[in-house]
Amino acid sequence: MITCLVMYLFAEFDDAANLLAANPDATTISIDEPVEIPKNQHSRLQEPGREEDDELLGTDDSDKTELLAGQKKSAPFWTFDYYQTFFDVDTYQVLDRIKGSVFPVPGKNFVRLYIRSNPDLYGPFWICATLVFTIAVSGNLSNFFIHLGKPTYHYVPEFRKVSIAATTIYAYAWLVPLALWGFLMWRNSKVMNIVSYSFLEIVCVYGYSLFIYIPTAVLWIIPQNVVRWVLVVFSLCLSGSVLVMTFWPAVRDDNRRVAVATVAAILLLHALLAVGCL
Amino acid sequence: FPGLADVSISQDIPVEGEITVPVGSRSPDEDYSTLDEPVKDTIMRDLKAVGKKFVHVMYPRKSSALLRDWDLWGPLVLCVSLALMLQGGSADSKDDGGPQFAEVFVIIWFGAVVITLNSKLLGGTISFFQSLCVLGYCVMPLTVAMLVCRLVLLAGAGTVSFIIRLIVVGAMFAWSTLASTAFLADSQPPNRKALVVYPIFLFYFVISWMILTFTPQ
Repeated sequence: MITCLVMYLFAEFDDAANLLAANPDATTISIDEPVEIPKNQHSRLQEPGREEDDELLGTDDSDKTELLAGQKKSAPFWTFDYYQTFFDVDTYQVLDRIKGSVFPVPGKNFVRLYIRSNPDLYGPFWICATLVFTIAVSGNLSNFFIHLGKPTYHYVPEFRKVSIAATTIYAYAWLVPLALWGFLMWRNSKVMNIVSYSFLEIVCVYGYSLFIYIPTAVLWIIPQNVVRWVLVVFSLCLSGSVLVMTFWPAVRDDNRRVAVATVAAILLLHALLAVGCL
Repeated sequence: FPGLADVSISQDIPVEGEITVPVGSRSPDEDYSTLDEPVKDTIMRDLKAVGKKFVHVMYPRKSSALLRDWDLWGPLVLCVSLALMLQGGSADSKDDGGPQFAEVFVIIWFGAVVITLNSKLLGGTISFFQSLCVLGYCVMPLTVAMLVCRLVLLAGAGTVSFIIRLIVVGAMFAWSTLASTAFLADSQPPNRKALVVYPIFLFYFVISWMILTFTPQ
């Protein structure tokens, strides 16, 4: 009876070996090594026209990074450790992300290059805070310099600007990404799309794209209209290009150029708002 | 415990000792009850603790006294006095004046809480109230600057007085930032120190700006 069992087991192994011989690319699981998805299987699924998407999106290893990113946030949301995962950045990483937002490399996606594995909330929050106070301070100073020398002018600190600026900028930095994320999710459910950004990644991109406005606000103290408008247009182009390059792959399949126009319109509104605050 | 039923203790081994759990270090308070001491002693003890911390801020050395025995009396007194001194600014309309009392209070306390949360989220080892204590006590140079500014403004409000105020406020701002950084930077992971120091810099910059732009009626 034991020999029968052994013969049966050998037969099973034979079958498995035959199967493996027939399809050498099949995934085999062994207990010692982790499961590996063969690369050639994955690349066969992609169309040739999507090569530039790979550069922009990095779909070749995005699966792995998605898995890894998903494994990080495992703490329940009511513990402190959950929020600590959003601040898991070092100084050089924050500086790199800021640099990436100020000097957009054409063809490189900000999210893919800098954030894909690790969106953080440090950058957006403190860039917005700095921007609020910079706008208030430089607005006050530019008012002062415009009226300098007039005998009837009495300097006032205009502290209300801080509250207005804070409300505006934080609303922009959080509500617009929320709306955009909702819009992308809605379109994703209608059109099969490879790209989907998480809400935090969108917040991250918006937050870091606001960085260019900080030096712009500081330079707005110069009381020359031409200089001011040149600065606004220049910074609008820079942060606009970062946002466009991030979101263009997400909406291109949709044939909706309106989405890009929406991003541009939002930035324009924001520039006008900054001008209004100043 | 059935296995111990047949354990017997021989009579020549004394079984005795103290039942109380020994405490690591006994503070002198537990040697006598503080309930019976005169009120003056209680108040003086707290005042001396607060005063010692002020001295630590004036001469920032790396000492753990500020961190270990935190209290929030000093920050409260400083915040209230700073907010009171920032009152009385000129305003043509309500919208253009300086910060109101509530705004100063909220900025200082909310700002300190946010900076503390930020440093804890980045992996700092300092506790919440210790950090609040340090940030609050290090507002002291700026309160001194506010006092000096008000005295200078009593003498006049021209360009010279502005330059004096600018120098004084700038020096006190640097002092505040350096003092608080000296206490707080050690508790951060080494590759994130700049990320923690920058919000502190922003916080004291905003307070300095409020002090510098104060213009009396």
